[in-house]
Amino acid sequence: MKDWRAYFAILAKDMKTYYLKPPNISWGIIFPLVWTGMFFIRSGSGLGSIPNLLPGVISVAILFGTTSMLAVNITFEKKNRSFERLLLAPIPFELLMLAKTGGAILFGTANAFVPVIIAAFIVDLSGIAWAAFVPGIILIAMSSTFLGLFIAVAVSEVFEAQTFSNFFRFPMIFLCGLFFPIAKLPVFLKPFSYALPLTYGADILHGAVHGEHALPYLLDFGALTAFCLVLFAASLWNIKRKWIL
Amino acid sequence: MFDAIAVQGIKKRFDEVQALDGISFNVKKGELFGFLGPNGAGKTTTINVLTGLARPDAGKVVIDGIDCTRRPKAAQHLVGVVPDESNLYPELSGFGNLCFCAALYGMPSKERKRRAQRLLADFGLDKAADRKFATYSKGMKRKLTIAAGIIHRPEILFLDEPTTGIDVASARQLRQLISDLHQSGTTIFLTTHYIEEAERLCDRIAFIVSGRIVKTDSVARLLQPLRGRHVLEITCTGITAKIERALSVEFPGLDFSIGKQSIVRVEAGEEIRVGPLVRFLEEAGTEVAEARKVKPSLEEVFIKVTGIEAEAMEKEKERKGRKE
Repeated sequence: MKDWRAYFAILAKDMKTYYLKPPNISWGIIFPLVWTGMFFIRSGSGLGSIPNLLPGVISVAILFGTTSMLAVNITFEKKNRSFERLLLAPIPFELLMLAKTGGAILFGTANAFVPVIIAAFIVDLSGIAWAAFVPGIILIAMSSTFLGLFIAVAVSEVFEAQTFSNFFRFPMIFLCGLFFPIAKLPVFLKPFSYALPLTYGADILHGAVHGEHALPYLLDFGALTAFCLVLFAASLWNIKRKWIL
Repeated sequence: MFDAIAVQGIKKRFDEVQALDGISFNVKKGELFGFLGPNGAGKTTTINVLTGLARPDAGKVVIDGIDCTRRPKAAQHLVGVVPDESNLYPELSGFGNLCFCAALYGMPSKERKRRAQRLLADFGLDKAADRKFATYSKGMKRKLTIAAGIIHRPEILFLDEPTTGIDVASARQLRQLISDLHQSGTTIFLTTHYIEEAERLCDRIAFIVSGRIVKTDSVARLLQPLRGRHVLEITCTGITAKIERALSVEFPGLDFSIGKQSIVRVEAGEEIRVGPLVRFLEEAGTEVAEARKVKPSLEEVFIKVTGIEAEAMEKEKERKGRKE
């Protein structure tokens, strides 16, 4: 019980201090809107194409929202030493880090539903397989958050975290099958695609929105879960190695 | 009964620097134990090792009977830590910071609010309770950081340089607060570079230099060798080695040494008569500005044991404090 009080206190503090700030809320709304508008204009195929744009816009919104926020949150607290206060708290280290990343997961998930809610007013979304769509979004948010954590722990300055994140984020957008089908990528790029967590998330969303997924759901969910576990474990190992000297 | 803290042969190395070189000491329950040493002596590293923020390369740390080298988090509920720099959350208010810190130790909501209000009142911060921590003065920040360190009523409190870089009035208030905490039975591990502060507050003191403890004892026992020693310091201009030699010939029962800023230090095993000395110096052509008797202090013990000038150590830290 005591551990969970600490967990919710950290989560609530992070939400208040970092995520529920006007710039972040406006980012969460404007970013998906701009991407939707951009692809809508680019495709020129009318309102009916909006569901086709959803997987890409949702994935990008989650990826940028979670990794950017976590880079700021973790790196800033490490730099001003307030993270030491958390390390001194008598709660399991794993629970502490789940609390620190919980806010980003919620923020990423909320970001994902902004384009969905907007789309719901414009087109019929009754065809979406929600049972795959919602868990898919949550798992994408988790894997992106843990990727952000992994990056944040590897650097010491906020700007380094943002720069380092871009090395992962931009290639991921173009290699994960959101905008170019993986089948049409050159052979030498395909292994990179399957080494990215977002590839499996994008496949779930494509399947849930318009029924076309390249891999079985079980494999997609299993791969995303594995990415979450590996990235979280690697980040924890790195924190213990680098920050508990 | 267990000691509050038992440390055996702790070693810690950072790259080329041996930060701790086999230190051992015990702190009894309810004791105020001072850790005195210059910058870079290993004081903060010791606190980090004791509280689980750093892993020792060798040795053993036992807090209240719990082996913290094997289970670093097992004793964290027993300890409170006040770091050398205030590390609370700038975006949260004073009240918000204390409530958050209480929640980290699992305190229920109503209790944490009550406790936060009580501490804010005790530390004279109640009027600034709703202000953001970032807007606090340095003294207020230190006070709130100490309040955060004791919010969960820890049995053992680690205070790392609590009065560095703050004004005299705030430092005096903080010393009183530390003394009150000690009186209430809290075991306190205090690192400081202020020798007077250590002398006034601590039951026992360890001198640490270059990662090694060079002396550990109670304040009374450390001062024992100085009892019966009389010291006089005479500030004068125009003092030369020739005059110093003449002094030794004229006053054979006294020991003379000339320190910085033309201060003649006179030591003896009996009361020193000021008049003849001043007269002799003035007749020798110097101008005496001041002569004052010096009470034997821990500072002298520190200088003798470590060979480090206490004044230089304090100035160095003050410069650091101003930079922060």
